[in-house]
Amino acid sequence: MSLRDFGFNEFWFILMAAQWTILLALIAFVGGGAVGMVIAALRVAPARPLRWVATAYIQFFMGTPLLIQLFMAYYGASLVGYRPDAWAAAALTFVLNGGAFFGEIFRGAIESIPKGQWEAATSLGFRFVRTLRLVIVPQAVRLMLPPTVGFMVQIVKSTSVASLIGLTEVARAAVQVNTVTFEPVWVFGTASLIYFALCWPLSLYASHLEKKFATGMVRKVEKPLVMSV
Amino acid sequence: MTTVLQFGPVLVHLDRLLWGLMKTLEYAFLSVAFGTMIGILGAVGRGFGPRWLSVIIAAYVELIRNTPLLIQLYIVYFSLPLIGMKFTPGTSAVIALSIHLGAYATEIIRAGVESIPVGQIEAAKSLGLSPYRIVRHIVLVPAVRAVYPSLSAQFILQLMGTSIVGAIAAEELTAVANNLVMQTFRSFEVFIVVAVIYFVVVQAASLLLAGLGRLMFRWKQ
Repeated sequence: MSLRDFGFNEFWFILMAAQWTILLALIAFVGGGAVGMVIAALRVAPARPLRWVATAYIQFFMGTPLLIQLFMAYYGASLVGYRPDAWAAAALTFVLNGGAFFGEIFRGAIESIPKGQWEAATSLGFRFVRTLRLVIVPQAVRLMLPPTVGFMVQIVKSTSVASLIGLTEVARAAVQVNTVTFEPVWVFGTASLIYFALCWPLSLYASHLEKKFATGMVRKVEKPLVMSV
Repeated sequence: MTTVLQFGPVLVHLDRLLWGLMKTLEYAFLSVAFGTMIGILGAVGRGFGPRWLSVIIAAYVELIRNTPLLIQLYIVYFSLPLIGMKFTPGTSAVIALSIHLGAYATEIIRAGVESIPVGQIEAAKSLGLSPYRIVRHIVLVPAVRAVYPSLSAQFILQLMGTSIVGAIAAEELTAVANNLVMQTFRSFEVFIVVAVIYFVVVQAASLLLAGLGRLMFRWKQ
């Protein structure tokens, strides 16, 4: 038997938790994007050891589940003398994990820029970082954009996994409301609607960008990996 | 501050972790099998079915792809009993995982179906092949072959996605790991070991899928 009915207050409680979902997604997007830029640069760097480091980084974050990475960050905190904190662990994990996926997306775009551009820049006396920053990336941005927006959808959805280390956002708020109301259809229907409202516009925008940039493009960027959870 | 890693207390429970791994592989395998079936039916329904069917399939794909797997797990686990369908957490997990993968598989295979030139289908028709044989041999097999890399990447993600089914009390590797944390208090070590297990299994599964693809689509290499 339920302790409470599912009413407006319960709906509002879940809806308000969306601010934490959005905040975590923004942290992942901004931080992950920055890390991803570095990872992508390392992946195409002239020095082989740098490429190895970046490859290993990507392999780890793409080859283990997000939840395991979250637990490692959560429990690893006490190892370096901090108290485990769900938000710190989630922020760190999402930035590092996002960095790996963004790194692959950016690398795909960077590598589809013709090699002649690199050679031309080198012949003008540009070094690696300047070539990347002033010649390659400005041209690659339009190739990066559609998969980047597409990956934002994956980020929003995967923030729900952070509820499993105790971070309160939409999924966890929904579980809490479900425990007292036991109205799973309403509770998780509400949660689904919130996620859908956040993700669907991004999905539509991503496929719009894909179509827009697909016209008149000679090379196709390899399809980025989609994150499932 | 004792910061020395001790793997001993964790590794004595390796048998339990491996039992969890077997459950993980079971969920992954079953949901990949069912999900791919849904994907094939969905792609054929979208490509060749009546308009209403293709609208329903499109709605299913969009709904699943724009909501988290975790919420889908909760819906299946908590809501199905209300209409009299009571399942164990394990069965609920497989149902939710299959529905989840089904949407992605539909979308991936549909992309493959769309890459088949119309002329190829017309040629098959003019040769007098039955609709079933056209869909199977002229459309589906080449379509799946074309998108096999995306499909197997999705399977790998599914394998890692099973890690969250512990949320509905289904037993698998991550859930076993969480039990070991309570028991051994070697939380970080437990998850290092589990991360290594996942990593090795994911690499092995990738190799296996690549090999399988080469075997299944042997012609025209």
